[in-house]
Amino acid sequence: MNKIFAIISREYITRVRKRAFIIMTILGPLLFGTILIAPYKLASMEDTSDKIIAVMEFDSTGAPVDPDSMLFKGIFPDKKHLSFQYLQGVNDATMQVMLEEASYYAILTIDNSILNKKEARVSLFSVKQPSVDLETYIKQNLEGFIFVKNLERDSISPSQIGAAQTRIDLVSSRLNKDGGFKEQKMVDLKRGIGYAAGFLIYFFIFFFGAMVMRGVIEEKTNRVVEVIITSVRPFQLMMGKIIGIALVGLTQFLAWVLLTVGIYQFAVDTLMDTPQTPQTEQVAGQSPVGSGNEGLAGIFDALSTIEWQFYVYLLGTFLFYFLFGYLLYGAMFGAIGSAVDSETDTQQFMLPVTIPLILSIIVLVQAITNPEGQLVYWFSIIPFTSPVVMMARIPFHPPVADIILSMVLLVITFLAMTWLAGKIYRTGILMYGKKVSYREILKWIRFKN
Amino acid sequence: MNIFEALNIDKSFSNHQALNNVSIHVPEGSIYGLLGPNGAGKTTLLRIINRITAPDKGELHFKGRSFLPDDIYRLGYLPEERGLYKKMKVGEQAVYLSRLKGLSKRDAVQKLRYWFEKFEMTHWWDKKIEELSKGMAQKVQFIVTVLHEPELLIFDEPFSGFDPVNASLLKSEVLELRRKGTSIIFSTHDMASVEELCDSITLIDNSKAILEGAVSDLKQQFKANLFEIIYHGDAGIINSRLNGSYTLTQDDQLPDGSRRAMIQITEDKKGNDLISVLVAHLNILSFREVLPSMNEIFIQAVSKNKKA
Repeated sequence: MNKIFAIISREYITRVRKRAFIIMTILGPLLFGTILIAPYKLASMEDTSDKIIAVMEFDSTGAPVDPDSMLFKGIFPDKKHLSFQYLQGVNDATMQVMLEEASYYAILTIDNSILNKKEARVSLFSVKQPSVDLETYIKQNLEGFIFVKNLERDSISPSQIGAAQTRIDLVSSRLNKDGGFKEQKMVDLKRGIGYAAGFLIYFFIFFFGAMVMRGVIEEKTNRVVEVIITSVRPFQLMMGKIIGIALVGLTQFLAWVLLTVGIYQFAVDTLMDTPQTPQTEQVAGQSPVGSGNEGLAGIFDALSTIEWQFYVYLLGTFLFYFLFGYLLYGAMFGAIGSAVDSETDTQQFMLPVTIPLILSIIVLVQAITNPEGQLVYWFSIIPFTSPVVMMARIPFHPPVADIILSMVLLVITFLAMTWLAGKIYRTGILMYGKKVSYREILKWIRFKN
Repeated sequence: MNIFEALNIDKSFSNHQALNNVSIHVPEGSIYGLLGPNGAGKTTLLRIINRITAPDKGELHFKGRSFLPDDIYRLGYLPEERGLYKKMKVGEQAVYLSRLKGLSKRDAVQKLRYWFEKFEMTHWWDKKIEELSKGMAQKVQFIVTVLHEPELLIFDEPFSGFDPVNASLLKSEVLELRRKGTSIIFSTHDMASVEELCDSITLIDNSKAILEGAVSDLKQQFKANLFEIIYHGDAGIINSRLNGSYTLTQDDQLPDGSRRAMIQITEDKKGNDLISVLVAHLNILSFREVLPSMNEIFIQAVSKNKKA
C-alpha cells in the first residue's frame, strides 16, 4: 500500500510541478473561453474588403431598363463595405469586362416580371464565390420588397400585417414525480452547460489518457520499468500511474473552476461598478449568448440564479463521469503504451479508442437539440460513450434509473477493462523490438502467469 | 548452503527455446558468475530469478525453501539495459526507487547520503539524470540496487560502460559486499572480471548449462598438465633430458638471460617427477603448474559444445 502511494505521489508531483502544467492551469480558462466564444466571434466578423455590386434590370422581353425608370431602384440599402450601383443592362461580353477590369465584385440581373410570380429566379454573376451573407442579404431584400409591393397591390398596409402577428414564447413544463408540473427554465443555458460538460470530459479523457500512454512508453523506453517491477507488481505500477494522473486532472479541473469563479468575481467587483442586481430569469433566458461582455455577464447572472442543489448534482455527476470515463480509457491507453516501443507505433491501436470518443462527441452535438432522443439514450447508457453523452442529459434531470444504470455499467466496464489492460500491460512492458499485432495481444491476454 | 537454486529451468518464446533444463546452485556468501556467449539465455535466466518472467518448467529455491513472491524484496537487480527517469532529479529518483523496495523515506535518504559521500557524488543530488554522463548514471543505478541491503544481488553485465577507474571502484565494492555476507550473481563476458571476482560459475551456451562449478575445480578439470620452468642453463639441455612422458612445447630466452620452458607431462606423472628429472642438470629459478584461464575454459567448452 505504501508503495502504490509512492507511485501515485511520484506520478502526481512530477507532473504538477512541470511548467507546462502550471501554464495550462492558468491559461486554460482563457483558452477554453476562447474556444467557446471564438466561433461566434468569427462568424460575426465582417468581410472588410469593399465590394460594389452592379444591379441591372430587364423587362419581360429581355430589354434593359433605363436606371431612372427601374422598378427595383434603391431596394438594397448600402452598408459597411458593401454598396450597390443601378446601371443600364449590358450583354455578357460587357459584363465580363466589368467584372474583370472594372472593380465590380458582382453583377445582379433582375427580370422585373418576377413581381407577379410565386417563384422566381434572379442571377448573380461574379468572379469569386460570393459569401452566404451576401446572398442572404440580396435575397432577403428582394423578398421583402416584393412582399411589400404585393401587399400594396392588394391594398394592405404593412402595419396591418404587423398588428396581425404575435410573438410566441413557448414555455415547456414537465410532469413531476409528485404529480405537479414544473416549468422548465433556461433551457438554452442548460443545453450549453450539458455541452460544455460533455466536451470537457471528452477533452480530459483524451488529454490525460494520452498522458498515461506517454508515461508508460517513457518507462518502457527508459528501461526503468525493469527495475520497478522487481519491486512492485506490474498492475500496481499501472494503477499507480493511472490514479496519479487522475489526480493531476482533478487538480487542473478544480484550479480552473476556482480561477474562473475568481476571475469573474474580480471582474464584477472591480471592473463593473454597478451593484449586482438580481436579474429576472426571463431576461437571461432569452439570449444566453449575446455579444461581448454583456452576453457573458448575462450568462453569469443567469448561472447565479440557479439553485445550488443543481450545481451539487451537476458537479457530482460530472466528477463521476469524468473519473470513471478517464479510468476506463486510461486503462486502454496504458495497455496501448505497453504494447509499443515508441509513440509513432501507437497509430494502429488508437483506432478502437478514438472511434467511440469521436462518436460520443458527434452524439453530444445531437444531444443538445434533443436530449431525450433514442440515439442519445443508448449512447448515454453504453459505457464507452456514456461519460460524454450523459452529461448532455444531466441538466434536464433524466430518470434516476437511467443514471444509475449508466453508472453501474460504466464501473463494471472499467473493472473489466482494467483487468484486461493489466494482462496486456504485464507482458507488453517487457517486450522490446517486436512489431506487435492484435493477434499477439490476444495471446498475451490468454497467457496465464 | 546454497542461498539460491534454480532447478531444471525451461523457457521458450514463440519461436525459440531460451533455456533448456538449466540449473544453477549459488552458494551463500559467494560471487557467482553467469557466463555465456551473446544470446545464450543469461538475461532470460536473470529475469526468471527476478520473477520478471515465469519459467515454463522448473523450480526456484531460496535459502533451502521454495522461492516466494515476497522474497523479491530481498533481491537487488541491476538490469543490463540501465534505465532511470531522465527528467527526474538524482536524489528524488533514488529515494523513490528505494521506497519501492520497501525502505522508508528517512532510511532511504540516510543510506543514500552515505553512498553518495562514499562515491563523492553528493553534488549530483539535485541534478537531473539527463545532465549526467552514462557512467555517472550507472553509478547512481548501482547505488539504488544495493541500497536496501539485499541478501542476493543480481548484476547483468555490471562493468560494461565503465572506465577502468570506475570499474575497479565498483569491483572493490562488489568484493566488499561479499565480505559483508551478500551473495552475488552476475552475468558477464568479461573473463578478466570472472578471474578477479567469481567463486563459482555456470557457463550457458545455446540455452543449455554446459559447465557449472567452483572456479578452482574447473581449472583443475580443464588443466592440460602443463608446467612452466624458468631456469639458467644452456639451450637444448632440457630437450636432451626428457623422455616419452614429457613433451617440451616451448623453450625461449628471456630478456634477463634466463630461459623459460613449457613442458606437458602425461597423466601418470606429477610435477615432482619432472623436477627430479631436471634438477640435477639445470638451475631452476621458478616452477609452476600452468592452469587454464577462464577465457580458455570458456572458448574450449563452447567450441566443444558446438561440435557435440
